[in-house]
Amino acid sequence: MTEISGSDPLVRLEGVNKHFGPLHVLRDIDLSVGRGEVVVVIGPSGSGKSTLCRVINRLETIDTGTIVFDGRELPAEGRALARLRSEVGMVFQSFNLFSHKTILENVTLGPTRVRKVSRQQAEQRGMELLERVGIATQAGKYPAQLSGGQQQRAAIARALAMDPKMILFDEPTSALDPEMVQEVLDVMTGLARDGMTMVVVTHEMGFARRAANRIVFMADGQVVEEGSPSEFFTQPSTERARDFLSKILTH
Amino acid sequence: MEAVVDELPVILGAFWLTVKLTVVSGVISLIWGIVLAAMRVSPLPVLRGAGAVYVNVLRNTPLTLIIVFCGLGLGTVMSVQFSRDDLSLNSFWLSIIGLSAYTSAFVCEVVRSGINTVPLGQAEAARAIGLTFLQTLRLVILPQAVRTVIAPLGSLLNALVKNTTVAAAIGVMEAALRMKNLFDAHGDAIIPIFLGFAAGFVVLTLPLNLLSGRLARRLAVVR
Repeated sequence: MTEISGSDPLVRLEGVNKHFGPLHVLRDIDLSVGRGEVVVVIGPSGSGKSTLCRVINRLETIDTGTIVFDGRELPAEGRALARLRSEVGMVFQSFNLFSHKTILENVTLGPTRVRKVSRQQAEQRGMELLERVGIATQAGKYPAQLSGGQQQRAAIARALAMDPKMILFDEPTSALDPEMVQEVLDVMTGLARDGMTMVVVTHEMGFARRAANRIVFMADGQVVEEGSPSEFFTQPSTERARDFLSKILTH
Repeated sequence: MEAVVDELPVILGAFWLTVKLTVVSGVISLIWGIVLAAMRVSPLPVLRGAGAVYVNVLRNTPLTLIIVFCGLGLGTVMSVQFSRDDLSLNSFWLSIIGLSAYTSAFVCEVVRSGINTVPLGQAEAARAIGLTFLQTLRLVILPQAVRTVIAPLGSLLNALVKNTTVAAAIGVMEAALRMKNLFDAHGDAIIPIFLGFAAGFVVLTLPLNLLSGRLARRLAVVR
């Protein structure tokens, strides 16, 4: 595993609060993610884990608190925000590949339009990335022609094409048929091994054990417990976490 | 029937003007309508408000009023001129302003309904790779939105072909006004002349409908 510098985290959330109408989805969240660290966020549905993931690149705004990315507070809007987002990859539950573009075009759009890389260079790098996630042969197809697992791997390649400083995964395998989950997790495990900073919201406990440096357990909008996977899965310290684990790990 | 054949060059000339009115105001309406739609979905309340006011005023005003305003209000009172000596060229462009101003309001609403069919995740993914609002709209949202509304846009174009006849109100010698003049000259052949002009409009609009239907099927975005 890559060494994690505790003194200079890549992302730091302090006192973050967020409401959806009357619903208090994030309550006083304090969380740091170190460079090269893989943080897996788990918890019951409705606990705010997806929202936590989405506030880091400001797809959701926050009500109070601060979020610092790479030493700077998140910009509120405009070009500065677009620049920040280009440095934070995001992989969605529903893939969200651009439906009117081929797989290769999906991967080259960001580099050519945001980074102003030449088309030829972007395509070359795009093909390398598609190769890496194992779908180079699908480069000319449209998203709807691919299986869910292939689409999600294309989405990971699209995120990687921006050379992000970190990637956020918002339940990346939840919309997949069971037989396609593993191929996506394999790609993610590879990224973790290569030292990519990752925040992963997931229900895949096997992946959490295997790839996480740290587990963050959320419930009711709060971080209830955090710790190393071995600690968390063998001796959770809170009743809430024990209860959650007993429900998902018994069968 | 003889009258139609004798006057064929005149009739074709009038329809050529109809085609010019349609093409020019069609292109302007499409561009201006897309800009209006972009305004109406923009994050800036001022732009959203301005777009909404424009669309609701223009969409709910009879075209005849708008065209007459362009001819009298813009042309006569405010002396908007496109040509110093060619009066017909002047009214041609004034009527194009009116037709475009009116049609663009409908284009805006059709495009906006197309934007609403694009899943929110498409915009989120575009923003997540660092595209700005305008890039997101131009590269991801609009290409998908416009493809889903090609058929209704075709209907608008079809309506525009027929709406160009309102330009007759300010003296543009397009098909309808020419037909009225021919009635005066050939009082004995009103029905053949009328049928001739009606057929002319069908010849213009029918291929449009077929084309837009085919285009809509070919460019459909598969999800």
